[in-house]
Amino acid sequence: MGDEFVILSLAPLLIGICAAVACALPGNFLLLRRQALIGDAISHVVLPGIVVAFLVTGRIAAWPMMLGAACAALVAVLLIETIRRLGRVDAGTAMGVIFTSMFAAGVLLLEQSDTSSVHLDVEHALYGNLESLIWLDATGWSSLLDPRALAGLPPELPRMALTLLAVSVAIRIFWRPLKLATFDEGFARTLGIPVQVLSLGLVVTAAIAAVAAFDAVGSIIVIAMFICPPAAARMMTNRLSAQICWSVAFATLSAILGYVLAGYGPLWLGGTDAVSAAGMIATVSGLILAGVAVIGPHRTA
Amino acid sequence: MTLALPRTAPDQSPLAIRGLTVSYGEQPVVFSIDMTVQDGAMTAIIGPNGAGKSTLLKAALNIVKPLSGRITVYGQPLAQQAHRIAYVPQRASVDWDFPTEVLDVVLMGLYRDLGLLGRVRAHHIRQARDCLARVGMEDFADRQIGQLSGGQQQRVFLARALAQKADLYLLDEPFAGVDAATESAIIDVLKSLRAEGKTVVAVHHDLSTVRAYFDNVFLINRRKMGEGPIAAAFTPETVQATYGGRLADGQISQLTMGA
Amino acid sequence: MLLDALLLQIGYNATLVTLGSAALGLAAGATGTFLFLRKRSLVADAVSHATLPGLALAFMLMVALGGDGRNLAGLMAGSALSAWIGLLSVSWLTRRTRLAEDAAIGAVLSVFFGFGIVLLTVVQTLSAGRQAGLESFLLGSTAGMLFSDAILIAAGGLLVLASALALRRPLLMVAFDPGFAETQGIDIHRMDLAIMTLVMAITVVGLKVVGLILIVALLIIPAATARFWSNRADRVVLLAGLFGGLSGYIGAAISATAPGLPTGPIIVLTGFAVFTASLLLAPGRGVLSAALRHRSHQRQVHLRQGLLALAQDQPVYEALTRRLLRRNGLQRADGVPTSEGHSRAAAALRDETRWQALRSSAHLSELSARDDGLTLILDVLTPDQIAELDRRIATAPGTA
Repeated sequence: MGDEFVILSLAPLLIGICAAVACALPGNFLLLRRQALIGDAISHVVLPGIVVAFLVTGRIAAWPMMLGAACAALVAVLLIETIRRLGRVDAGTAMGVIFTSMFAAGVLLLEQSDTSSVHLDVEHALYGNLESLIWLDATGWSSLLDPRALAGLPPELPRMALTLLAVSVAIRIFWRPLKLATFDEGFARTLGIPVQVLSLGLVVTAAIAAVAAFDAVGSIIVIAMFICPPAAARMMTNRLSAQICWSVAFATLSAILGYVLAGYGPLWLGGTDAVSAAGMIATVSGLILAGVAVIGPHRTA
Repeated sequence: MTLALPRTAPDQSPLAIRGLTVSYGEQPVVFSIDMTVQDGAMTAIIGPNGAGKSTLLKAALNIVKPLSGRITVYGQPLAQQAHRIAYVPQRASVDWDFPTEVLDVVLMGLYRDLGLLGRVRAHHIRQARDCLARVGMEDFADRQIGQLSGGQQQRVFLARALAQKADLYLLDEPFAGVDAATESAIIDVLKSLRAEGKTVVAVHHDLSTVRAYFDNVFLINRRKMGEGPIAAAFTPETVQATYGGRLADGQISQLTMGA
Repeated sequence: MLLDALLLQIGYNATLVTLGSAALGLAAGATGTFLFLRKRSLVADAVSHATLPGLALAFMLMVALGGDGRNLAGLMAGSALSAWIGLLSVSWLTRRTRLAEDAAIGAVLSVFFGFGIVLLTVVQTLSAGRQAGLESFLLGSTAGMLFSDAILIAAGGLLVLASALALRRPLLMVAFDPGFAETQGIDIHRMDLAIMTLVMAITVVGLKVVGLILIVALLIIPAATARFWSNRADRVVLLAGLFGGLSGYIGAAISATAPGLPTGPIIVLTGFAVFTASLLLAPGRGVLSAALRHRSHQRQVHLRQGLLALAQDQPVYEALTRRLLRRNGLQRADGVPTSEGHSRAAAALRDETRWQALRSSAHLSELSARDDGLTLILDVLTPDQIAELDRRIATAPGTA
């Protein structure tokens, strides 16, 4: 664990952990509300969002693209709700119609626009580029105390940390009404809790986490972290607060193990090149879920 | 004629409904309902399956949106008086697999006191435990809700409503699918509420216990079929009109005359 | 140009792609309907994402054996195998754990896809210097489609379609009422497995054209579109096939007219356009006609309640009711009923009183189920029966 680790691995590892936890937190509530696949829908529509943002601003910049993606997620959720209610279509179908169509629109826009000069492609949106987020200005552990080196951290790290903080604060503040409305919506309404606003707020929070994470780690990991750690955590405990803690632990473990296995696994097996870290993090979260599904203390009702 | 309104002043009533119609699609499930709940009494809403009993209650609470109608609670709009109402939903309406414990569910009844970030203090816990004790569930406080029987779930819901310290209690089928011990425990609690001057309205499906449990009835089969004190409104004629051909004549007079 | 494309006049490859896409759309639309009616549309999403590891493994295996890694049949076999494992995982998680199906779908989808991405990066390093091109299966690619590929896709699609149609009766029974289907000796689990197998087959067949991310659209969108146009299940299957086939044909033709119009996305967007038009305009279930019906129903309710209030000298509380009474010339601005208002109010009250009498009548009370507040008793009873009710009302004590 020397200087090389600080330069090459510290930042991606931290970004991976922040992204995983930021997605797993709202994922717990989505899971309990039987809306787990909203995460799937959101992460698919991120692509049209960033392409539109690129076409509007004409450049690759983090904030406009995150804004574009967040708007796309909001539009998608509203369209899904509209179709579900007005067209009397079941939720799964409504989601399937909207996110595939919006994704298709994103691909089409991308093909139509001249993006040859910039780094914007479907593969990047799908599986991110965690490995490339290295800390070039670092020289070793001492750089953590060096303001000049700290200024050279990949911007994704503070952005992701800030997102994690915002998501955690939002969930903490609205913990009580969220829990109430998730358990018993009718009763929550009689208490004057604005159930629909709360539900939309949860989706927006999830979208913010997804959008911030996709840039660093891609959509696939986002879906995996929305669902796998909370699902595994649900099978470990029957208390909501404990479930949240387990999901954070599983998300962190997936991020660390996945990153390490992707970076060093092939070397141990005699290969020469690392494999996709995002893909490996998703894989590890799936292995954890499978393990808990076999031996978890509360795996059945 | 039977369409005449009961002349209880609506501005005194804990719950007054005027001209309430709710449709699912283009089919009215309750049509032009007027209802005036008597203060300090226990009222049963009765009617056959699919007659709109639960819908009436949910529309009164604004959980479903009515097509027309006006609702006042203690003479004022619902929104201003919502804190005076406690609602006990049908047991089947929630996911009992939710990861939480009995005491947690009762604490939900204290939401208006606790707000978003208020700390749960010892007196809140004591209050919740007292409510559990009133329904005979004090030993189950730390139990996971998925492990409760149907009757126990219903008692927990009632304890949550008690924690709200409301003036008007609206219960949706509180006796559906519960054991005899739970049924008598619940009715004891409801009667003690009445003794404290509270008002109780319950959707009820068992005609044989209406007389023993309630003071007033409200008969509904999509429209209002009768309303008033048991002696005046729970008659063979009104029950026959409400249930149509579904009950035999002998059965009806036996039920309505009491044992 | 578009007309030429639609008439298959712009070249051999474009024609091949257009016909292949139409066959695929037809088969996917009809097959997806069974999934849609069973309300399990998104299982298809898990299946399609789960093909990726198999695709990569098949490629590696074929290269290791010294063959051509890009052989379409081999890739299809590999992706079918891994989709099958994904499907079993969804079913295992749903049945053996407390997780709901949506969570199982999401977990399998993301984990299999993530693992597939890991394998793709391995493929990229293994075949350095030789472009594997497996990425094209993510979004589909019809450039350079071979005649043998097109035949494989069309034949595969039609084979799936034939199997789906052969099984349509038990499949529809399971979708409509699983409990009843079971009493008829139909094995629900086996039928679900059959639907999933067909979905998997469509996915594998469609990978080349629309890619694994968008294939699910071909299964879902035509079925959801068709549902707006018919309430009969067998007709929904036919219409979904038609809409799917049309989307495939038109989409592929549009895509052939210019560069930068990728086939898969254009097919999906064509399907979506048809969906949106149906959502808005279809008679019966369409949004526009439902909104109009709701509005007229609401007015009918308010008018009826207003007339009953007038007849009984009760105040009319709601503004909408008052407005409707006034606009129909039934009430003056000062709240006094007009003469027409008086007579229609009296008629409404008479109707109401007759319904009331009907309930206490021994032999007519069965008909009270038809009383929804808006149905006129004149439409339900014969004049003789009404006369009988009126006699009963006249003799009943305490009736106004």
